[in-house]
Amino acid sequence: MPVNTKAIGKSFPPMRYAVGREKIREYSRAVGETNPLHFDLDAARAAGFSDVVAPPMFAVVYGLPAVGVALFDPEVEANFARLVHGGQELQWGPVLVAGDEVSTEVSVADIFERVGLGYYIFESVSRNQRGEEVCRGTWTNIVRGV
Amino acid sequence: MSEQRVGDHTGELRVGEPIPELKVTPDRYLTYRYAGASGDFNPIHIDEEFARSVGLPGKILHGLWSMAQVARALTDAAGGPTHLKRLSVQFRGMGVPEQEVTVRGIVREIADGRAIVDVEAEQSGSKIIRNAEATLAL
Repeated sequence: MPVNTKAIGKSFPPMRYAVGREKIREYSRAVGETNPLHFDLDAARAAGFSDVVAPPMFAVVYGLPAVGVALFDPEVEANFARLVHGGQELQWGPVLVAGDEVSTEVSVADIFERVGLGYYIFESVSRNQRGEEVCRGTWTNIVRGV
Repeated sequence: MSEQRVGDHTGELRVGEPIPELKVTPDRYLTYRYAGASGDFNPIHIDEEFARSVGLPGKILHGLWSMAQVARALTDAAGGPTHLKRLSVQFRGMGVPEQEVTVRGIVREIADGRAIVDVEAEQSGSKIIRNAEATLAL
């Protein structure tokens, strides 16, 4: 069954995410971070930040819900039962700190088929409350046996 | 700017030389904590029976957790979270809990205040992240 490519270029309404101090700490613990900037308010302030700093890969926390909406879009028609995460690229601007607000916009960059695999590629652009681009992501999902 | 000083605990990066190796053993319950922290509750990571029913050996690690270990090796090597500007990875094979993961990287190039680092993550002899490439601001 060939993949349906009609959703290429489709973009989704921006999703907002409020970055919380305890969420940064919870995420940082889960990935084994040890840098005090992610946990210790005094250390973060002493280093010139207004609050604890989100690790770069915190982009998953605010990016995944937005990518999820695109992935579950009926026009995209990805078969979740056979879905694997094939690749990920992230580019970062200024770091996020607790209290920041991020807005993430996702679009369908490409859908194609290659040797029995369906590729679903999404692009995300995340901006902070000042409009600065804090992260740009390319999320490659692969559906086995299309 | 003082913001890059905290965590500047490591030495300089040099072309052709490795960054410090990172070794971590995800415990039995790690995938639950990472699911809660990240919001990714795909049952292949938290439900042993479900994972087996779709042909996996059991619960597998989240690829993005493994990618976070690669990111951590890089930010630790570069001196903190503000230094990581880009990271691109391919997920291959699959990681499992309770076995050590090792992240290794080699500095390929340094130019214009940026270092390009080739990185991979390996577990029990097989690569779970390969062809990873990072850009670090020096």
